[in-house]
Amino acid sequence: MNNFRRALLIFVPYSWLIFFFLIPFVIVLKISLSDYAISIPPYTPQLDLSAGWAGITDFFGNLDFENFSFLASDALYYTAYLSSLKIALISTFLTLLVGYPIAYGMAQAPDEWRPTLMMLVILPFWTSFLIRIYAWIGILSNEGFLNQFLLWTGLIDAPLTVLNTPSAVYIGIVYGYLPFMILPIYAALEKLDGSLIEAAEDLGCSKFSAFWLVTLPLSRPGIIAGCFLVFIPALGEFVIPSLLGGTSTLMIGKTLYEEFFNNRDWPVASAVAVVLLLILIIPIILFQKNEERQREANG
Amino acid sequence: MNRRFSWFNATSLTFGFAFLYLPILILVIYSFNESKLVTVWGGFSTKWYGELLGDQAFLDAAWVTLKVAVASSTIATVLGTMAAYVLMRAGRFLGRTVFSGMIYAPLVMPDVIMGLAFLLLFISIGLDRGVFTIILAHTTFTMCYVSVVVSSRLVTFDKSLEEAALDLGCTPFDAFKSVTLPIIAPAVISGWLLAFTLSLDDLVIASFAAGPSSTTLPMKVFSSVRLGVSPQINALSTILIAVVTLGVITASLVTKRQIARQKADEQAAART
Repeated sequence: MNNFRRALLIFVPYSWLIFFFLIPFVIVLKISLSDYAISIPPYTPQLDLSAGWAGITDFFGNLDFENFSFLASDALYYTAYLSSLKIALISTFLTLLVGYPIAYGMAQAPDEWRPTLMMLVILPFWTSFLIRIYAWIGILSNEGFLNQFLLWTGLIDAPLTVLNTPSAVYIGIVYGYLPFMILPIYAALEKLDGSLIEAAEDLGCSKFSAFWLVTLPLSRPGIIAGCFLVFIPALGEFVIPSLLGGTSTLMIGKTLYEEFFNNRDWPVASAVAVVLLLILIIPIILFQKNEERQREANG
Repeated sequence: MNRRFSWFNATSLTFGFAFLYLPILILVIYSFNESKLVTVWGGFSTKWYGELLGDQAFLDAAWVTLKVAVASSTIATVLGTMAAYVLMRAGRFLGRTVFSGMIYAPLVMPDVIMGLAFLLLFISIGLDRGVFTIILAHTTFTMCYVSVVVSSRLVTFDKSLEEAALDLGCTPFDAFKSVTLPIIAPAVISGWLLAFTLSLDDLVIASFAAGPSSTTLPMKVFSSVRLGVSPQINALSTILIAVVTLGVITASLVTKRQIARQKADEQAAART
């Protein structure tokens, strides 16, 4: 490749990402260290380059970690972080419980069904997330279809309150992220050598223990990948808690949004974002490690 | 895996797909409901579609969304394809790790954080928020998806074809245009489609990047849904679902035919 062309080819997307992705995060970090002020924009200090060196030292001198200690002292924030973690963990587990049998069924289905089954799993992913979550409002509300159905079957006598509770958020996350769980598990199960299970059964394993001792461990990489693919976006989720969770469900994505738009406290909103990123780095690194190990195992 | 398709598999698939599709199905059916109450059937009617199409605010929002999606996914496809090419073909260069980090990070970044970051950038450089800023924001996050899709195609294709073109006297640009691009074209197209859908679908980033005069369809849907279920939104959802379903089915038929043709070509080449 011609050197100049190569440099240009690298330069264009690189500089775009630096300007629109990296620099914005530096700004978030900077504002998280600033103070709230009633002005436009609503934070201080502003970098005043016209004041020369004094302006720069002033600027850095006025940055502090006050917003972060505020986050640690106000119960609203750490309960929001903890409750996000809890909701993300529980719903990831539930998604696994719902997704694994589906992936398992797909992997055992006749060959000619599989492209159709794959398409059926992927299709909802292309459909608007917002609409798919919206669909559940009509199902879970007090007069909704779920309650109508349960009352009709006589299982319950009075409508259950599901909408605007954490249970609705669990259902929303399971529903919204199910394809992310199914696809990696299916990919792992599909590669599995069937003769291993036959061998286990020939050697006296029951069907269940063959599954427990052979299939499940061999599908572990898929399970891990699926869990991270659900857990990571669920942690910062905004749409699901704000449509299905009501006011009683605290999640940090929603808190950040409200802090920014309703309270207009930009420094605190930025500090919330920085802490959320720090929390997310751990699962993201673990996920990357899992993917790398997979790639190595596959040669 | 051995095929022992049992009643257990059949049940889990039936329940699984019912869970995935029943909510959408109910939504579609009740968009044709005469009654304003969304959970009570009052007879067949298409009046909500009429009302929707008569609502100027929705039409404006749809127009903004379409403009944003077409513009941002097109720029994102160009940038994303370049980025994929850089990652897969340009070899080592200074800051390659940072570059690939910036490509993969937006895939796992929560929307709220990205939206906040874009907004603070636009404000600090004094850019007025509107359609243009939504396009910039959408381009940035969707180009990463395009680049992942295109690089997965670049990995699997035979590099020696490009080298052969270069050896036979092609300029690098010609080699890209007449050898690489036709081969990666399906991936580029699916990258564009993915970027388009993501842009069409995005609520959070658009809410941060939008100005007061530029409301996108998801923002409009979100603000009316917060007040409760409405049959108009059901009608709108049905239209969107129909468009997406048609699009996905067409795209998958096209790729199927392309793969079949490619296989036939390869076999013909192998015979000669």
